[in-house]
Amino acid sequence: MNFDFSDDQKLLRDQARKFLQDKCDRSVVRSILEDNDQKYSKDLWKEISEMGWTGTAIPEEYGGLGLGMLELCVIAEELGRSLAPTPFSSSIYLFAEFIKLYGSEDQKKKYLPKIASGELIGTFALSETNGTPRPNNIKAEVSDKKLNGEKIPVNDGEIADVIIVAANSDNNFNHNSLSLYIVEKDDPGLSISSLESMDPTRPACSLSFLNTSVEQLGEKGVGWSMIENIFNRAAVLLAFEQVGGAQVSLDEAKKYSLERFAFGKQIGSFQAMKHKMVDMYVKIELARSNAYYGAWALSTDSNELPVAAAGARVSASDAYNYASQENIQIHGGVGFTWEYDCHLFYRRSKLLSLNIGSIRQWKENLISNLEKKNIV
Amino acid sequence: MDFNDTPKEADFRAKVRKFLDDNCQKRSNNSDAVQGGSAGAPETVKGGESAAEESLKKAKEFQTKKSEAGFAAILWPKEFGGYGGNPIEQVIYQQEEINYFVHSGYFEIGIGMLGPTMMVWGKDEHKKRYLPKMITGEEIWCQLFSEPAAGSDLGGIKMKAEKDGDEWVLNGQKVWTSGAHFSDYGMIITRTDPTALKHKGLTYFFIDMKSPGIEVKPIKQISGTSNFNEVFFNDVRVPDSQRLGKEGEGWKVALTTLMNERLAVGDPPGLDFDQIFEATKQFEVEDGLAIKNSEVRQKMADWYVQSRGLQYTKYRSITSLSKGQTPGPELSISKLVTASKMQDVSSYALDLLEMSGAIHNEKNPILKNLFQGGYFFAPALRIAGGTDEVMRNIIAERVLGLPQDERADKKVPFNEIPSGKN
Repeated sequence: MNFDFSDDQKLLRDQARKFLQDKCDRSVVRSILEDNDQKYSKDLWKEISEMGWTGTAIPEEYGGLGLGMLELCVIAEELGRSLAPTPFSSSIYLFAEFIKLYGSEDQKKKYLPKIASGELIGTFALSETNGTPRPNNIKAEVSDKKLNGEKIPVNDGEIADVIIVAANSDNNFNHNSLSLYIVEKDDPGLSISSLESMDPTRPACSLSFLNTSVEQLGEKGVGWSMIENIFNRAAVLLAFEQVGGAQVSLDEAKKYSLERFAFGKQIGSFQAMKHKMVDMYVKIELARSNAYYGAWALSTDSNELPVAAAGARVSASDAYNYASQENIQIHGGVGFTWEYDCHLFYRRSKLLSLNIGSIRQWKENLISNLEKKNIV
Repeated sequence: MDFNDTPKEADFRAKVRKFLDDNCQKRSNNSDAVQGGSAGAPETVKGGESAAEESLKKAKEFQTKKSEAGFAAILWPKEFGGYGGNPIEQVIYQQEEINYFVHSGYFEIGIGMLGPTMMVWGKDEHKKRYLPKMITGEEIWCQLFSEPAAGSDLGGIKMKAEKDGDEWVLNGQKVWTSGAHFSDYGMIITRTDPTALKHKGLTYFFIDMKSPGIEVKPIKQISGTSNFNEVFFNDVRVPDSQRLGKEGEGWKVALTTLMNERLAVGDPPGLDFDQIFEATKQFEVEDGLAIKNSEVRQKMADWYVQSRGLQYTKYRSITSLSKGQTPGPELSISKLVTASKMQDVSSYALDLLEMSGAIHNEKNPILKNLFQGGYFFAPALRIAGGTDEVMRNIIAERVLGLPQDERADKKVPFNEIPSGKN
């Protein structure tokens, strides 16, 4: 059995960690958090791109490094640890994967090299309303290659140069099956308004389309199944970001509990504190193991992916939510001040557990996929 | 990443499978194995004494075959009759054996913990005399550590041992002793100097369980079964030659025993996600089949990720063993997660059954002790082998590196430590 990352992948992880410790300390994160006009760290994005991370899982023929999904998982964990304020997940886990898997040869040639080099940023727009996006509540519609409708919220929509939009196509409106379209940022039919994000280091906006020009991506009428597949893949990668963030939440809780004294003792010596931190550890280890399984399914194109991805997503969302919330609790009063960093993780954990569907929705995915598997 | 054996591991697994196929009956599915778990010592009285004797006899016969095939003590060195194998081979054997109807539980404590203690602390003549019969199952050993006032705080034992010439005289009580009633020998910690510090006044012996003055009484548990005993000592005489380690150094010897608790990588499946998933496809709640109810589905997902998360955590540990490395501490979460999950799953399943949940019905596979069994076994699992609270302290201190709580029993002679009514 070899249920672990390879030595090369671990080396990549160590390098990525050192790099981000150097280039993405908390002052970088806060510079985005505290400046409404800065939606991401351009310097960090440039440096990450120069390292080739944006092209990790993009084939060499399209300008990427041609490494695998496991390498991308390793980088994801480090980005999660460092709270990197970049559009990496939107551009790489979503946009690049959509193009890589479903794009025409022309589309791959047009977008992937620039995505890999970081000069182009992409994102994906699905949600239109409060609640769970489903094929039957998406109203955006394309007819005669013109898109009309509104998307809200869209992560990194203001940063993105190019956007994949889920919409109904002329022929099958109301048929509960969507299609995907590519929209370029400079189209005059696109207007953008900024929204306030609970984690300003991961910004959101709304997009309005008025007779916006589009190019179709993939087959017509099978948009929902493409979305499910890309979300499954992204769920694994995000699970690694979540495990990374959860681990740092635990590490910082531990560090504080050893420095802080009360009743003449380190608070970390109190059993109520120790047991809480063990509960954090248990959830994190379960999440890490579930994420590993997701990574295996992702890297081998296994038909286990829908179940493995949902398991990774549910477990990692639970671990990060718990670890970041209890990290505040262990810090006591200072834990809910702006000055201390606990809230950075609290914000990020919630945002990550919402951005491709809530934990509630993924639990439902998990069980329905298990049922399908059982029938097969 | 892959889940494959190395060629060497695959060879070993094939040998193990052949041996098991030739010598025992395979389980049909994992619901045959829902009882048990890591605290599942062989029962003492179920089905009456004759059934218990029959089960023991069968187990001994199989153990002899297992030792002849070399699989009885895979980690022991060859000089003591072991296989001289490595941990991954031990894991592979356990992974295979749980698929068969085998009761190895009778011999686990001896081979897993007490034999290795004798290898470190015993005299050569002891090793020659006792170790081979431990492997073949001819002689069974039990561990006499816990006492009524010394469970989580094991160092608090009071079993009195007083020197009388070349012998020691033991008086007191042990408790939670698995297999005391069918064991031939036991290893015991005693207090030889109550005026010394808590962990300094202890001495370790091995004893003949047939010695006059030993009385074994089974403890009836809330499940109705008995997996453990109380053992009473009334002027039991033990030759000084059966002392392991020096007088007053019993704690060091006990630590050797405790360090040999095996990695729980090959545990039999307890009541878990798979059983409740099957059950929810079979019975109805107010809006149809239970599995179609959204609250049920949310709960099921939680247990799925716990259950599989543990399984994949085991895979991570096994990977380290397979590479010849020491596994990380990740598997220390195993019992903590397993026990609470069993309690939650069984309690929720009984809720779903509504009034029938209260019924035990041998004819109905769902009511046949599946969930009630878990409901009454889980409380024991949360306590035996380290309570949830002690497990959390251990993980906090050894894995996370958090400080020990302040203790009231340090630097004080044992007989001056506050002990309440005891």
